[in-house]
Amino acid sequence: MIRPAALVLADGSLFEGEALGAMAPGGIATGEVVFNTVLSGYQEVITDPSYAGQIITFTTPHIGNYGVNTTDFESRRPFCRGVIVRDLARRHSNHRAEASLDALLRRYGISAIGGIDTRRLTRLLRDAGAMPGAFGPLEDGVDQAALRAAALAEPGTDGIDLVAQVTTPTAYEVGGSNNSQGDRLIVAYDFGLKQSILRDLAALGRVRVVPASTTAADVLAMRPSGVFLSNGPGDPAEVGYAVDAITGLLGEVPVFGICLGHQLLSRAIDGHTFKLPFGHHGGNHPVRHQSTGKVEITSQNHNFCVDPESIAGRAEVTHINLNDMTVEGMRVHDVPAFSVQYHPEAGPGPHDAKYLFGMFDELMGGDGRSRPSVQGQLIQQELGVG
Amino acid sequence: MPKRTDIHSILIIGSGPIVIGQACEFDYSGTQACRVLKEEGFRVILVNSNPATIMTDPDFADATYVEPITWEVVAKIIERERPDAVLPTMGGQTGLNVAMELFNRGIIGVPGTPEMIGANAQAIATAEDRDKFKQAMIEIGLKLPHSGVARTIAEARQVLNDIGLPAMIRPAYILGGRGTGIATTPAEYETMIANGLAASPISEILIEQSIAGWKEYELEVMRDSADNCVIICSIENVDPMGVHTGDSITVAPAQTLSDVEYQQMRDAAIACIRRVGVETGGSNVQFAVNPANGDQIVIEMNPRVSRSSALASKATGFPIAKIAAKLAVGYTLDEIPNDITKMTPASFEPSIDYVVTKIPRWAFEKLPGTSGILGTQMQSVGEAMSIGRTFPESLQKGLRSLEQGRLGLGCDPAEEHLAHLSDDQLLAAASIATPERIQQVGELLRRGVAAERVHDATKIDAWFLDQMGLIVDERHALADIGLQGMDRRSWRRAKRLGFSDAQMAYLWGIDELIVRAARQNAGVHPTYKTVDTCAAEFAAETPYHYSTYEDENEVRPSDRPRVVILGSGPNRIGQGIEFDYCCVHASFALRAAGFETVMVNCNPETVSTDYDTSDRLYFEPLTREDVLNVIEAETAASGGVPPKVIVSLGGQTPLKLSGLLPVHLIAGTSPASIDLAEDREKWNALCDELVIPQPPGGTATDLEQALQIVDRVGFPVLVRPSYVLGGRAMQIVHDRNHLARAMAELAGFGSLGKEGGLSAERPVLVDRFLEDATEVDVDAVRDHTGEVLIGGVMEHVEEAGVHSGDSACAIPPQTLPSWVVEVIEAYTRSIANALDVRGLINVQYAVLGTTVYVIEANPRASRTVPFVAKATGVPLAKVATRVMLGATLAELRAEGLLVPPSDHGHVAVKEAVLPFNRFPEVDTALGPEMRSTGEVMGIDVTFGKAFFKAELAAGTLLPSEGTVFLSLADGDKPAGLVVAKRLRELGLGIAATAGTAAYLARFDQPVDLVVGKVSEGDELTAVDLIADGKVSFVINTPRGRGGRTDGEQIRKTANSNRVSSVTTVAAALAAVQGMAEQAGDHLTVRPLQEFHARP
Repeated sequence: MIRPAALVLADGSLFEGEALGAMAPGGIATGEVVFNTVLSGYQEVITDPSYAGQIITFTTPHIGNYGVNTTDFESRRPFCRGVIVRDLARRHSNHRAEASLDALLRRYGISAIGGIDTRRLTRLLRDAGAMPGAFGPLEDGVDQAALRAAALAEPGTDGIDLVAQVTTPTAYEVGGSNNSQGDRLIVAYDFGLKQSILRDLAALGRVRVVPASTTAADVLAMRPSGVFLSNGPGDPAEVGYAVDAITGLLGEVPVFGICLGHQLLSRAIDGHTFKLPFGHHGGNHPVRHQSTGKVEITSQNHNFCVDPESIAGRAEVTHINLNDMTVEGMRVHDVPAFSVQYHPEAGPGPHDAKYLFGMFDELMGGDGRSRPSVQGQLIQQELGVG
Repeated sequence: MPKRTDIHSILIIGSGPIVIGQACEFDYSGTQACRVLKEEGFRVILVNSNPATIMTDPDFADATYVEPITWEVVAKIIERERPDAVLPTMGGQTGLNVAMELFNRGIIGVPGTPEMIGANAQAIATAEDRDKFKQAMIEIGLKLPHSGVARTIAEARQVLNDIGLPAMIRPAYILGGRGTGIATTPAEYETMIANGLAASPISEILIEQSIAGWKEYELEVMRDSADNCVIICSIENVDPMGVHTGDSITVAPAQTLSDVEYQQMRDAAIACIRRVGVETGGSNVQFAVNPANGDQIVIEMNPRVSRSSALASKATGFPIAKIAAKLAVGYTLDEIPNDITKMTPASFEPSIDYVVTKIPRWAFEKLPGTSGILGTQMQSVGEAMSIGRTFPESLQKGLRSLEQGRLGLGCDPAEEHLAHLSDDQLLAAASIATPERIQQVGELLRRGVAAERVHDATKIDAWFLDQMGLIVDERHALADIGLQGMDRRSWRRAKRLGFSDAQMAYLWGIDELIVRAARQNAGVHPTYKTVDTCAAEFAAETPYHYSTYEDENEVRPSDRPRVVILGSGPNRIGQGIEFDYCCVHASFALRAAGFETVMVNCNPETVSTDYDTSDRLYFEPLTREDVLNVIEAETAASGGVPPKVIVSLGGQTPLKLSGLLPVHLIAGTSPASIDLAEDREKWNALCDELVIPQPPGGTATDLEQALQIVDRVGFPVLVRPSYVLGGRAMQIVHDRNHLARAMAELAGFGSLGKEGGLSAERPVLVDRFLEDATEVDVDAVRDHTGEVLIGGVMEHVEEAGVHSGDSACAIPPQTLPSWVVEVIEAYTRSIANALDVRGLINVQYAVLGTTVYVIEANPRASRTVPFVAKATGVPLAKVATRVMLGATLAELRAEGLLVPPSDHGHVAVKEAVLPFNRFPEVDTALGPEMRSTGEVMGIDVTFGKAFFKAELAAGTLLPSEGTVFLSLADGDKPAGLVVAKRLRELGLGIAATAGTAAYLARFDQPVDLVVGKVSEGDELTAVDLIADGKVSFVINTPRGRGGRTDGEQIRKTANSNRVSSVTTVAAALAAVQGMAEQAGDHLTVRPLQEFHARP
């Protein structure tokens, strides 16, 4: 049974489609509309906490083809506000599948809209920037005007501490039991930590995941070998408490940050972050590792970016994005700390930058267990276990 | 790393004639490579024997050698040109094989000789040698099927003990999977190992565990000198393992892999290219995936550009060959800008927001005796690609792009053929891979047979089946709604699933144009999206479009005069690269003259579908609906001014559409003139008026009418359908029974029926057949002032009765008296004027005694246009195109475009290349139905030398020693006597059948060995002799009627034992002349630029 639905953006643009997934409270889902260009990995994207507050548009027309499974969750639940697709598979097919994507969306209360000219939407977002939007089935009093009003009322992600919504309420520990470096402790700040990162860290030692608000003193008291700053949603300027904690950690313990963690590290050394026109959301961005000149194809998901001028003198830019020449990685001078804007853990995306976990291992004194290689051995193990 | 400055000249090896497994895609890649390297300032030297290619246009290289691609000839070119480097990765398997032969002889790739760039010898050997490849993959931890290598029958039997049946046999160093197969019984295994060992140039086969039914994928990977690796495209096959990927319906990007699985495959592909050691450029790596548990294994990798890389380039907009050429001369991926976005670098992985489907096209109807069953050996002759936002849309567009009478996935008149089969029969049929399988699957789903049962029978993935189910469900919905019930939403839903107006017209039993009007009234029009490599993430400059039904149209407005060029669709026998050459030349010529050119085509192999070729490219099916839509979109984009449309350069495909398009838009010769030439009655009247003799004949729509004609003109007659190209179903008929059979075949809904069948609009032509006449082809151009330019007069080597496309021919004519040539030229002028031709015309003649008969005239580009251009140096297609848009020949002369033909006293010979080595069950005797897939050209100072080169290039080895086997039809025996005499003079031995031997003996030409008839089971027969390798050449001409069995066996045996043969006495005469002129003389090479040089 097709339920006609519509999407309206804050600028009034209207897109017609059909309702999918869960029914939003009041029938209208709102959020900041962004797009992602990955060809595969919709489950990982949808369950990535960095999308808190956002509605994800997939540029790939067919979504849901291979179903969903318990292994590919990137967090305990999706935090995004909605999903926009051209076509949601009626039937999926893959030996790993345990359920359909539609079932996952319904289970976690995520609304979706299908049949959308996602290319028109993407072109619009590319030119106008990410913008608030609202969608829902055209029934029970919901019409274009109501959707428009909802879109205009949606605050977007600027100026909001979204990290507080996604971080773990309590600390917990993973890894260590069958790990040669089992006695080595890594503290991982959860600003919206992805499971893929946790798996890569767990290969390096025992990982204690702590809430975003944990202080430097509390962390140092755990006597960790290294501290990891995770990815997460939203504006780094709204997470001042984390910046304070990082400032207290620098020089005391090796630090490695990814994505939001990278932005927070830059703020801890007095850098500035700014919002990109429409962010980087895809699995195909070329990043040059400045010291080797080699190009990595990377997974990306961020709207904010570090201003290279603002960190000059405090840190060295180690990686740059070849599409728009923005900062993709840095190493802080004089203290053992480095970070990247993109996602070396993949999930979804290419494995080209897995070596960064090896660098973190070395920074912590080396001898971590197996370093993930381009062979994807880790993933193979994962499949073997799962 | 910037461009290398230590090399200045580069030899590019082309792929030679179009053969199954190696088609236009290598012209596309090679043309890109030539262009790029020339732009970069290198001296480009090219060798390619195929005159129909765009790359062999003298403009694309500094020295263009249209010479046979054998190591000996290429060595001569190297000696003459002394290039710094050789790029072997653009010429398919031919390029790699020749490069390896040169390397093995120390001519390239070793110190002091030209460097191999792109892929070096070690990398090629690692990828191509099955055993080395296996070891290399094991080394990097990748899985392969259980396998063993064998070099003898005994070793192969040993290997089977370890692997067990079913087993896959793959010969080493072969192209397109020749000699490859799956054996399920010990008997099959014995046959296949013998064939496989014979097919491999190094007599080596790999025997593998069969993984038929697994899912099949391909990744296109590129690597630069800094070891940066990117994946350009993933391709998933709809047909599971067991069907050659060239014969599979394939989809890009991969649809049913989770990211975890995809990244594992990506890692493996990158590890593979690194380990094999392809230093720069592209490779494709094939994988099989076990659908039950996701196990991935590597099947093979090609260390070069390929059919798949051409497809991937068209599918993504990322020009793999162009980038590979830049990488080969030192650039790294991050130093090269993305051609399409201009703003971002080439070091990225394309993201696409649509679905691409590639569907092969086969020619089994032309090859009687073949099973039509698809397997691990490629058999298709062409392919269509389509783009839609979803798989159902893309699939339906692809099916109608094939031009085989299908309008989509069923829902068309042709589906009624399957009506008589029960569900179980249909399931059984679909369990065998054939060209019909996709439609059988559609029909099964339409009948409501459970997708699980269809999956069990076909192993096609459930997702694909469900997507096809969406099409079928929509069809049922449309039937329920009816035309009256259609609203905007329902029109949009149907169109988004790829339904053509014609399908709906069939479903509702109304005319297609009524459907079109109703749809347009509902406000539902196609929108054109852009192929931009990045899923709209960045603004794109390149106007490469496809239609779909969405909200937004991306065609940009412009006010320049524009011309739409309709291409020739998927390659087929009779219509291939020659027409793409003409379309591309049209685009080049018009762009140079200030027009905006718009290409419409659906063949991913071609240069015409390179987004660089025209100002705008629409990758669309060539049907009335799709072409009208493009014309409307172009009209809208230019503020209401409709474009001109060129229909006469793409072969029969656009010509058939000409009557369905607005008459006033057609550029060049009017549809009325085309009809005058095609309509038999009108044409006869015209010839009478012009006093030009024709063989007597008439048109018939049934047997009775045909018999009446025969009563008038007598046997033998040539029977052929009108409105088809390539001699489709053409037959020489000697008696009444045969005539009845021929008419029944044409009337039946057989293979020809798919193309239209027999009707009052499509009658059969029945003409007196002129035995032993000499055939002549003329290509000419006429402008609106009435000036006629004779482009070339070609005399055929084979006599009338052999299709012109399968016949060798020479420019200038070799045996015709000069007065006959003058008569032919005069007739041509007269016909061109009478038809008021504006542009190209091809006229075919038969010369018998002192009479010149006109056989037919076609006011359009012919297959020989590129050959004429290469032979004479006159850019005939460009000139004709300008003339079609109003220029006069005088103006073009003044402009410098039209130059006089070059005359260095040289002779150019075109020879056809036939696909028989892939179809051992087919008789190789030539006839009126065209079966060649491609052509080569030999050019030299005499006919004999040029013919020798043409034969060498076509793979026909004219022997310099050994024994020649002769078996001639009675009528051929006098000429055979001359052949035998020449062979003797050349020191060759002769074996012959009793009849031929007796005849020769009577004229003092005794033979060395007389063999018995095969059919009589004598002790020693020709078949034994050939099979034992005791014959180096076979001359066997079929008898005029009946009694073909003996000869057929001989020819088949020669074919399967790879002994060259000729099947006409005319060719035998030409061959001995070639052998005589070449004997003891060294073959010399010379570039076209020298042949074309004007004093």
